[in-house]
Parts: sequence; C-alpha cells; structure tokens
Amino acid sequence: MHPKRETLNQSAELLLRDLEQKELTIKERNQIPLQEMATQEPSERIFNMAEVALGYTEAQVRVEALRCLQCKTKPCIKGCPVGIDIPAFILETEKGNYAKAVGIIKESSLLPSVCGRVCPQELQCQMYCTVGKAKKDVEQSVSIGRIERFVADYTREHGLDEIPTVGKDSGKSVAIVGSGPASLSAAADLRREGHRVVIFEALHKAGGVLVYGIPEFRLPKEIVDHELDILLKMGVELKKNYLVGKTRTVDELFDKDGFDAIFIGSGAGLPRFLDIEGENSIGVFSANEYLTRSNLMKAYAKTNALTPMYRSKRVAVLGAGNVAMDAARTAKRLGAEVVSVIYRRTEEQMPARREEIAHAKEEGIEFLFLHAPKRIIPGEDGRVKEVEVVECKLGPEEEDGRRRSMMIEGTEHLREYDTVIVAIGNDSNPLIKATTEGIETSHKGTFIVDPSTCATSLEGVYAGGDIVLGAATVILAMGQGRKAAKAMNEYLSTL
Amino acid sequence: MNKIIRKKQLSAEVFEMEIEAPEIAEARKAGQFIILQLGGEFDERIPLTIADADPVNGTITIIFQAVGESTHHIALLEEGEYIENLLGPLGNPTDVQHYGNVVCTGGGIGAAPLFPIVEAMKAAGNTVTVILGARTKDLVIMEEKMRAVADEVIIVTDDGSYGEKALVTEPLKQICETTQVDCVVAIGPPVMMKFVALTTKPFGIYTIVSLNTIMIDGTGMCGGCRVTVDGRTRFVCVNGPEFDGHLVDWDNLLLRMGTYKSQETEAHHRCHIGLDINEGEA
Repeated sequence: MHPKRETLNQSAELLLRDLEQKELTIKERNQIPLQEMATQEPSERIFNMAEVALGYTEAQVRVEALRCLQCKTKPCIKGCPVGIDIPAFILETEKGNYAKAVGIIKESSLLPSVCGRVCPQELQCQMYCTVGKAKKDVEQSVSIGRIERFVADYTREHGLDEIPTVGKDSGKSVAIVGSGPASLSAAADLRREGHRVVIFEALHKAGGVLVYGIPEFRLPKEIVDHELDILLKMGVELKKNYLVGKTRTVDELFDKDGFDAIFIGSGAGLPRFLDIEGENSIGVFSANEYLTRSNLMKAYAKTNALTPMYRSKRVAVLGAGNVAMDAARTAKRLGAEVVSVIYRRTEEQMPARREEIAHAKEEGIEFLFLHAPKRIIPGEDGRVKEVEVVECKLGPEEEDGRRRSMMIEGTEHLREYDTVIVAIGNDSNPLIKATTEGIETSHKGTFIVDPSTCATSLEGVYAGGDIVLGAATVILAMGQGRKAAKAMNEYLSTL
Repeated sequence: MNKIIRKKQLSAEVFEMEIEAPEIAEARKAGQFIILQLGGEFDERIPLTIADADPVNGTITIIFQAVGESTHHIALLEEGEYIENLLGPLGNPTDVQHYGNVVCTGGGIGAAPLFPIVEAMKAAGNTVTVILGARTKDLVIMEEKMRAVADEVIIVTDDGSYGEKALVTEPLKQICETTQVDCVVAIGPPVMMKFVALTTKPFGIYTIVSLNTIMIDGTGMCGGCRVTVDGRTRFVCVNGPEFDGHLVDWDNLLLRMGTYKSQETEAHHRCHIGLDINEGEA
C-alpha cells in the first residue's frame, strides 16, 4: 500500500509548521525528508485511464522546495536540456509565489505541466543535484520535476497563466509543420516576435505525440489542450487536417502561400517492425497503432468510441522503452489478463524511466528479461496464437556502451499470446523528404541540421524534434524548437 | 470544416457527396484518397477514395457505401452541413502512362475511385475498356460517366439483373484471350481484386490494384495498413495505395481486413436507425 495523499499532506503540514518558524541551515535542509508523491492505488488504477501520479499538495511542495540548498554553482541547470533557472523557480515556490515560479520556467520552457510529468529528471537536472550527490542516491535529489508539475498545475487551475506578449506585426509569416513539442515551442517564440505563425497539423487533433502517443494516465489531455489554447490566444493560427508533403509541398508553402520561413517538426514517422516470421498476423500491432487507437481515437472508451480496440487476454509487448511501458499498461487497463514485456537484455539496460518500470510492475505487468522473440505463430484463423522466444545472455559491450544480447541456441520455446505489440522505435517519415528537393537527410532519413541553428540545407527551412533527433524526449524536442526559433527570428529580421 | 455542397443517394446504401475542399481539389491526382472524421471525440477516421474533383469550384466528390456505424453517420449528413475533418490527398497517384490497351475493372463501390483513373488513362492516350461489376442492377454506379470517357463499357451483375450474369473476371479473361492487353487496373472488394490478379497472371499483364486496408492516421504513423507485397511489408498509406496485384499476399490481406470483425458485427445492427435502408440489404 502506498501512503495516501491525505496522510502525506498531514505529515507535510506538521513539518512545514516547524520549518517555517526559523531560518534553515544547510544541515537542517539536508535533513528534511524527501516528499513522496501520492499515486492511485495499483489495484484501482488498472481499471481506469485517470492519471496515476496525483501530484504534490501545497504543503508538500513547500516542504520539498525547502530541501533545495540554493547552491551557488547551480549544477542542476547544466542537466536541463533547455537550461531552466531551477534554483530560482524553486525559491519562488518556497515563498509560495507559484505564478512567478512558472514565469521563470517559461523563460526557458513552454510546457512545464507536460515536462514536470514526462521528463526523465533522474537523468537530467536531478542527476546533478547536490542533495542527491551528498546522499549518494539520485532518488534523494530534490524532486525538481514534481515541484515544476505542482506550480504549473496550480497556475493553470487558478487561472493565473499569463498570455505571453506578442510583438508588433513584423509583416513576416512562418509555417510550422506538425504540432508536437518542438513545433509548439518554436511557434510561441516566433509569435512573440510579431510574426504571423501558422501551424499545419495532419491529424484532427493538435499536440502530436503528446496527444496520440502518451496515454491519459501519464499526461491528461486537458493539459495539452490548455497549452494549445494559450498559443491560440497569442494569435498562433492552427490548420488541422493538413499534411505538408501532400496537401501542399514545402516549396508551395513558400511560392503559393508566401511564407517567409518554415519550421519542420513532423516527428518520427514510420513504426519499425522486427522483420520476423508471422509479424503480419492478426493481432500484431505497432505500439503507435495501439496507442493511437486508445489515446487519439479514445478507443479505451469502449461503449462510446467508434474506433475498435482488439480484444486481448494475453499480450506480449516487444521492446523496453517508455513507449513499451505505455503500451503494456494500456493493454492492462483495457482488460488483458496477462501482459508480458519481452526484452533481450536485463532490467538495468531498459531504456524506460525507472518510475514507469516501477509503475508497470505495481500494475502486474510481467517482465521477461533476457528473452528475444523469434517468430509469431498464428492459428488457422490467422490470429496470433503463440510467440516463439529464445533465451539470451549478455555479451561484450557494443559501441553505444550497452552490452550486446546474444541468443542461446536450443533454448527456444513457445509462449501463448493472442496479441503482440511491437515497440522497438520508429524510422523517420518519408513524406516531406520525398517531396522536398534538396533537403539533406541522414541514411536513417532524419534531417541534417546545423546544430547551433537547426537550419536545414534549404534556405529558410529549419527543423527540430524527432525528425532531426530520431526518437528523443519532449524536452529535447522543445529545446530544438526554441533554438530554431531564435535562428529564424534572426533570419527573418534580415529579409 | 468542409461544407457538403451536394448529396445524392445512388443506391440503397451508396451515397455520393460533393464537398468543399479547395486545397485537396487542387492537389489531388487519380488514385489518391482522403481520410475524414466527423469531429466528435469518439468518431472514427475513415479512408475514402476520391471519385472526382473540381479544382475551379474547389470541391471533391466522394462515393461511399454505408457499411459500418461511421459511414452510416456520414450518410445522415445533409447538404449544407459540414464534415469537420477532411485530410488529403493521401497516398501516391496512379502510375498513369501510355500503356496502349488498358482494362479498368471496378467492383461495386470500386467504380467510384476507378473513374478518375479511367479519365487519366484516356488522357495519356490509352484505349480504355471498363468492366463494371455489381451484385445487382441497383448497385451499378458511374455507368454514364464511364460511357462518356471510356472506349467500351461492359456491365456484369451477380444476379443477371443488368448486363451479363457473370463475375468481372469472366469478360476480363475473354478480353485477355482475344486481344493484347497492356495494363489492367482493378478496384473493388479485396476478393475481387485477388481474382482479377489471378486471372491476368497467366497472361503476364501488369495489374494495378488499389488497396483499402484498415488505417488510422493515413500518414505512415500507425502501420495498421501494412500488407505483404513481394515478401516485404509495405504500408498502404505511404507506399500505396496501389500495388502490383501479382505480388500482393492476398490471403494475409483478407485475414487482416477481418481483424475487428466481431466488434463490427455487434455495431452494425445499431446503424440503420434513421436511414432509408431495408434491414438485410446492408
């Protein structure tokens, strides 16, 4: 049993009463216990789509903020891909100035309520935190992400979010392709300078991976809608159902529609498959498809949704990243009795966030480490019946520093499943590349950009996010969006 | 928001709609498709082929069969109402070339997307024979439009109520046996396209089929539309929708089309409410 939110709040309130009496020494700050964040009980949450992590209470966030030592060297900032002034926003939180704290975050990051939830803080800011270092445990670092989440939620829920000021009309216009985190960040920064900004989104809902990929139980969609709403209030225009590369090409956006510059944030497109026998059997899905059905098309709402969801009892998830965790936990919520994550390495090598792995385990997701799928075996009706797996062992380190996984001959055996979800990443979408002459791409199909400006090989065309990075994180995508916007603002001023 | 300019019920369950979509009308080429979504939180994304386009007036024409719950909802919309989400044109255009002698085969509703291809094949200087097949006379569509463009139009029905009582593969086989055919285009139910491909294979005639698989985004993102072509996995939305019919793994395709069969059957009985369709006809 996890402690309930009320219990956590009571202890925090008592503690706060004490702590607020005095000026705290570093030693005293170091002794304040880490504030745990309440979650929905696993036994309940596997029957709903509501958010798992419930966020801090006000007393908790104040206590957690007091744990920050306000180090002069600010090591946390160097761990943040967009360089948020973390000690400054924590100090404002400590004082109860939540809107001011959000203002500080927004100087560097457009989407604190999103990043507070989905950033891998344990590998970024919190990894460098002095408190965690002193305790030799990154999990004891100041919970920067949870504080960020609280202040962003607080300002949203209390209507305190300010609409950023927009400069006077520059007479220039910019097209933004896609509406994921990279695009949204670029759009905000370009609009602030007074340019006309039009976002072109292919789907019928904006937000990109925040909407179709990340499930409601990790990122409620009303938060994404709220952030989009702020952009629209800034005067950013949004054209949905518009596929650049098909409805119009990049060249046409310049020539026919008269845009002065273009930012491409079209994301990682094409789901990868394993290329094993039986992969096109009925009941084999890419994680993209599985999650898009559930998240974007709301197929989890079985009685209302018109998009069907495959009925599964025994689900195998192939892959071990955050997307695999999202797919496995979605399958569980949709009624699967057994969900196994099959991974050819060990838990240590899993690319997923520790928190997501822990949550998945609590929810009864089974992990089959050191196993690899060899083929998928359908029954006579063409539907998945079994997966043949083989045991693996770890070999020498590969170039990327991870130890190679090696199959152990003769250990092949069959496991019974009716559904297989493939979550091994994406290749880049070929549509824009195929219709844009002269745009330089890597052998993987990602766009090649100048790392300091995000400029592509075509004049006036910039790119960022997964179309450049391959599969990356929300915050890295946002960082690129901002970098591109800065360079684009400079470029536009020369026209 | 895309306004419905004109709506016509072509047969018991087949509807034609002309919809405002200026950018799609301008960009589309024969063989491409659109995806529409009615705007509600729970509405489905439905891929439909483009039957015609008027770039001057900025409209496209879709012809669809009310077969599932969602297509029934579209059928309930009237002229002057709006389709909230309309994305396109998607997929690659038809490989239109000067082949020489082309036979275009349409089964049921497949006659609709076949029409722009017939037009394009004619414009490229081909001699075009059209074979239209349907279950019964009432379900034969596009006949007049086809007759206005094609060199010859052959009609067959399953019940013999119009044209010869035959499957499209029968006249097709005769033509292949008696004349030099350089290219065959087939659009219709997957099982029809499969048999068209089997019919032309012994003659070695290049056969283009247009696949309409299960699909969500239509932009390459979900992979739900994947088919096996020449032993390789291909995505209908970005690699297709047209493929060489002789290389398609039809049995796998037919199985995959039935992924959600049980759910669809449950949903279907609720669909006919409010529509002028007799139970049992759809």
